[in-house]
Parts: sequence; C-alpha cells; structure tokens
Amino acid sequence: MDFSISDDRRMLTDTLRRYLFEQYPVDHRTRVAYAAPFHDPAQWAALAGLGLFHALAPEDRGGIGGTGFDVAVVFEELGRALCPEPVLGQLMAIRLTLAAGGDLEPLLTGETRAAVALDEAEAGWDLDALTTRAADGRLTGRKTVVYGGAGADRLLVAAAGPGLWDVAAGDAEVAGYGMIDGGPAAEVFLDATPASCLIPEARAALEEARDWAALALSAEALGAMEAAFAMLTDYLATRKQFGQPIGTFQALQHRAVDLAIEIEQARSIVILAASAMDTPERAKRVSQAKHLVGRIARQVAEEVIQMHGGIAMTWEYPVSHYAKRLVMIDHQMGDSDWHLERLMGMLEAG
Amino acid sequence: MDLTYSPKERAFQAEVRAFLAEALPPDIAAKVAARRELGKAEMDRWHAILNAKGWLAGPWPKAFGGQGWGPVESHIFEEECCRANAPRIVPFGLKMLAPVLMTYGTPAQQAEYLPRILDGRDWWCQGYSEPGAGSDLASLKTRAVRDGDHYVVNGQKTWTTLGQHANRIFCLVRTRTDGKPQEGISFLLVDLDTPGIEMRPIRLIEGGYEVNEVFFTDVRVPVTNLVGQENEGWTIAKFLLGHERTNIAGVGFSLQALEQVKALACRVTRGGKPLIRNPLFAARLAAVEAELEAMRITNLRMLDRAARGGRLTTEPSMLKIKGTVIRQAINDLARRALGPAAAPFPSEDLEANLQIAPEGHARNAASYFNNRKISIYGGSNEIQRNILAKGLNS
Repeated sequence: MDFSISDDRRMLTDTLRRYLFEQYPVDHRTRVAYAAPFHDPAQWAALAGLGLFHALAPEDRGGIGGTGFDVAVVFEELGRALCPEPVLGQLMAIRLTLAAGGDLEPLLTGETRAAVALDEAEAGWDLDALTTRAADGRLTGRKTVVYGGAGADRLLVAAAGPGLWDVAAGDAEVAGYGMIDGGPAAEVFLDATPASCLIPEARAALEEARDWAALALSAEALGAMEAAFAMLTDYLATRKQFGQPIGTFQALQHRAVDLAIEIEQARSIVILAASAMDTPERAKRVSQAKHLVGRIARQVAEEVIQMHGGIAMTWEYPVSHYAKRLVMIDHQMGDSDWHLERLMGMLEAG
Repeated sequence: MDLTYSPKERAFQAEVRAFLAEALPPDIAAKVAARRELGKAEMDRWHAILNAKGWLAGPWPKAFGGQGWGPVESHIFEEECCRANAPRIVPFGLKMLAPVLMTYGTPAQQAEYLPRILDGRDWWCQGYSEPGAGSDLASLKTRAVRDGDHYVVNGQKTWTTLGQHANRIFCLVRTRTDGKPQEGISFLLVDLDTPGIEMRPIRLIEGGYEVNEVFFTDVRVPVTNLVGQENEGWTIAKFLLGHERTNIAGVGFSLQALEQVKALACRVTRGGKPLIRNPLFAARLAAVEAELEAMRITNLRMLDRAARGGRLTTEPSMLKIKGTVIRQAINDLARRALGPAAAPFPSEDLEANLQIAPEGHARNAASYFNNRKISIYGGSNEIQRNILAKGLNS
C-alpha cells in the first residue's frame, strides 16, 4: 500500500499549482469568467504550453500521462484555482479521439479547442433519449449547455443512436453564453449541418468519455472545496464577534470539523475512482465518486457561506464564486441522483 | 380542535383572493413568479394599488390609517399574496419603522412620517449592521456626537437592502461609549440627501444588486430626528426585531415555490419519464412537502397563540430556523430539477432569445444562491439558536 503520489505527478501538481496561483489569481478569474469569451484565451495557450493537455493523454499516443491519477491531479489544481478554462471538453475530446483512433496532436498542443455536445433539453443526461438526427452526412437538432462550446474550433456531437460526429464549429450556429458559476457554454443549433462520422456505434465511447469527465469534475470539486475550506478556517480564526474569534464558538467548530471529515471522504472516493479508470470497475467507481462528491460539494458550499455570514453572499468575496462552482458541478455529467440511480442499477451485479 | 379558519376569516380570505385576481398587474405577477428583480417603479405601482384599497398597511391601527388587522388577517393577506405571485410589501417603512414611530415616536414625528410612508413619498431603508457588527449588533461603532441642535454622524452601515431606492434611512448609532455597549445606542432618522452620505452598491453572489454600504462623514442630523430617548435605541431595536414575526417562517413563499417545483417536475423529463416519476426526486419532493405541512401548522399554532394575546418569546426563532431551511430545500429542488439547464448565467437577453430552461425557471439556480441569505439575515440561524438555548435555560 502506498497512497503517496508519484514524483512525476507531484511535479505536475506543483508546477500547475504555482502557475495558477501566480498567473490566474482569483480576481483575474472573476474578471474573465463572467464576460465574453468567459475565459482567458492567452491563459488557454499558456496552459497548453505547460503541457496540460499532454498530461491528459497516454504516452503511447503522444501524451505524458493519461491515467486516472493524471487527470485527477490536473483537475484538482484547476478546481483549487477556480480556473474557468474549458479543459473538460478537451479531456473528453481526447478520450473520444483515442476511441476513434484519430490524431490527438492538435488537441494536445491546444491548437484545436474542442467541445463535446452531449445533452439535449428533453434528454437531460440520457444518451438513449437523444433526438439529434444524422442523414446523408448532415446533422439536425439542438444541443444544449455545451461546456466550452463558445469559441471552440471543433464540436464532437452525440446524435441519436448514439453515434459520434465531428462538426467544424463554423458550420453550426453556436450561440455562446457564460455560466452562472463562470466559464463558457453554448447552445448548438444544427440544421442539415455537414458532419463526419467518427464512431457509428458510440455508446461505449461516449459513456467512457463521460466517466472521465465525471472523474475530472469530482477532482475539480475536491480542489475547490479544499480552497473554500481553507478560506473558512482563516475567517473563523480572524473574524471577531462578541469580543472573540468566531472560531472559538463550539457550535461552529463542530460544523467545520464535520466538513473536514467529508472532504477527506471526497478525497478517498476520488482516489478510488482514479485508480479504476482503466479497469472494468470504472463506471461503478466514477458514479460512487460523482454521487458522493455532488452531495459533499453542496454541503461544503452551503456551510461555508453560512458560517462566513453575509460576506460570503457578496460577489467581491471569492468564497461566493467557489460556492457556486461547487454547487453547479453537480449539474454537469449527471448529478448526484443520476449517479446514485446508476449505482442502484449495478447493485445486483455485485 | 379546529385547524381551519373561522367563517369570518374565510370570508376575508375570499375577499383578498378576489381583490388580487382583479388588481394585481399580470406583468408584475409574471416577474415575481419568474423570480426576476422588480424595479422601483413596479414596487411603487403595487404599493399604490394596495394603498388605494387601504391594504398597504393592513396591520396598522385604524387611527394611523390602517385596518387594524390582527395576526391571523395579516397572515391570510400575506399567504394570498404569495399564492398570487404578488410582490412582497417593502417592509422597511411599513412594517419596521412605522410600528417604532407609533410606539416610541413623538406626535410630530408620527404626523410627519406615517402619511409619507403610506403614499410612497418616503422610501425608508435600514442602517443596522456594520462591517464589524453583524451577529454582534450591539458592538456597532457608527458615532453620533451632539453639537448644538444636531448630531454629527460618522461611520459605516452595511447590508442596507434596497437603499438605492430610498430617500431616508433609520439608523442605530452610538451616542455613548462608556458602560455596556447596549446602553449607548440611539435610534436616529436620517435624510439621505444630507451632505456627507455616500451609498455604494454591493453585488451579490448571483450577480444581483439589492444591498448597499452606506458611509457617513460628518453628517449633520437635527436632534428632532431622534426617536425615543437618547441611549435607549437598543430597546427600540429589540422591539423592532420582535415585531411582526409571525410571518417570519415564510410559509406562503414555500408553498408557492413548492407548487412551482411540482409543476416543473411534471414538465421536464429524466430518462424518458417526467421527473416527478423519478423515485429519487419524487422522494425528495414528498419529504419536503411533509416538512412544509408541519411548518404550516406550527406557524398557525403560534399565530393562534399570538391572536389570543399570548406573548411570543422564542417561537419566532423556531419559525425562522425551520422556515428558512425548508424554503432553501425547495429552492434546491427547483435548481436540481433543471439538470443541465440550470447552468447558464441568467439574463433578459438569454431568456428572450435562447430559452434554455422552461419558461419562468431560468433563474432557479440564481434564486437558490440568492436565498442562501435568508438563513443569515435578520439574525442568523446561529443567533436564533442562541436565543432558543437561552430560553431553554431560563
């Protein structure tokens, strides 16, 4: 047994953490995340230059990582810095391109920014309910809340079947907007839009890509909750009411400690999921992680606001933005109930 | 035991319902239902409609131009307003300052200010909290120093709700620095046009603008604007906090919000079925509805106690804690019900052009975040627990 992270990943973590701390401080993040293009394109390029996307792909395909642990440490740091760069779409595109046997290079250099269009208004997170149709190499339908869709070069679109299609963003009508917790998204309107089929029977590939995304989001939440919790403990130590630091009140101490316990649980389930990404247990472990982290992240967000009091309700104080991200992560790639149902469906299989 | 309203109360309920159906402007109701921010003009318009009917200040005694409603009528009125998606009456003048003036104000202050509250000439806001005095309100530091016929006020207030619309502010100020902190506080009325006052907006978590910071620099306030005696402001503050507390549970808001979530859950699908048939979501809805029904009855029991002349002591704290937690749980379900469609940053433009969430629900996530405030303001739930704990020991 050894739960320490490898030297390579430690280096990646340290580099990324230091870079984001210095180059992507939270006030810069708040400035760029809520106004078009809802991220910082210069930072996108810089992160690519740091080898961020290479870390998401296996060595035999031109990357330098690509395991569950590589993805987890990268996203944990993105979460800690509340980084709004649309890396999630890139990760999913890398996984889907691997499955399709395509060329990863433009994704790894960041020269191509890809977004993956899964969800539809009526289908939610259900791949069986997709209504986007393919006919004669053209797609028709509407994809909703496509993360990173605004400003992406390529769109990987899940159509009914489900099949996976590649669309040049310029050929589709992409209506971009920002998310309530910052970062870019888009509605994608396809009207007999030219598309090339990447994977005709794409269920397994799409589920796998979504599992990688769910792992990434769970790790992102972990980093964000550790950062938010650190702000809480600072505040409890410094904010004085009734002549003493509020952290001396046992009612608050116990609640803070409960959060610390939950965050340890979150770290453990993320580690478990990361370890299972290339095993038959992947789906189960990922759903356990996304379910548990969804619940814990909301608890941390709500309690961190409540224990700070009014200050955490303000736009100016960074905790509010962490809290929003922590809650809204549960709206991506299946919420805690969706993953719980998936787990319920696996109970009898063991 | 009888859990229902009396025939007279039911007749009043029917009258309120009929009035709202006729008099509430549909454009305003639609905005309230969709949880969009109302502008000052819309709030003034609704106040004027209520004032024409004589219901803007229903609970005020008749002598001051009210209807003399008791707690049950007031409750019925608020419940029906929530049901109809009527805007909440802006409480600072009508429900907070007015009872203070009626109890502690001079006849001259009552004659000057009460009519102006009713007809909307004055919009009051509240200067209580300070950056260093939140839960520990009595530690407030804004100073008022007597100088002839004036007080000179220096300091900073915060969390001043809708101060951007106000022309006047009632403040707790420190007029004495020795002795117990509670004993050196006074209640002062300030015209916001007085030189030396600056109001700055505070943007909230979801991006909205409803609260402000107010800075006072050598602001000269006539001593005639003191309410009650100098250094007795804490008594008034406590009176104000104890007043009109039977609606603190927000049961009307919760009932209305729950109906909206149910309707939404019938409309959106998950796994090819309406969300309301999803066992996990349905379980959450059914559980919160049971909590809310208990809360509704708890609220009525306490209302009945008040209506029979009983003095409410710790009850409002219970109502506030449980009422806010339930309301927040319903807001949580309204956000969750949307799935991916909860994510966009809501804007008029987005709602008009893209319609990502079902109509009227584009702000469910924003409203969930905004309503985290309800367990913090007006004495946080932690402070309410302190009050309850004291009650246990006494």
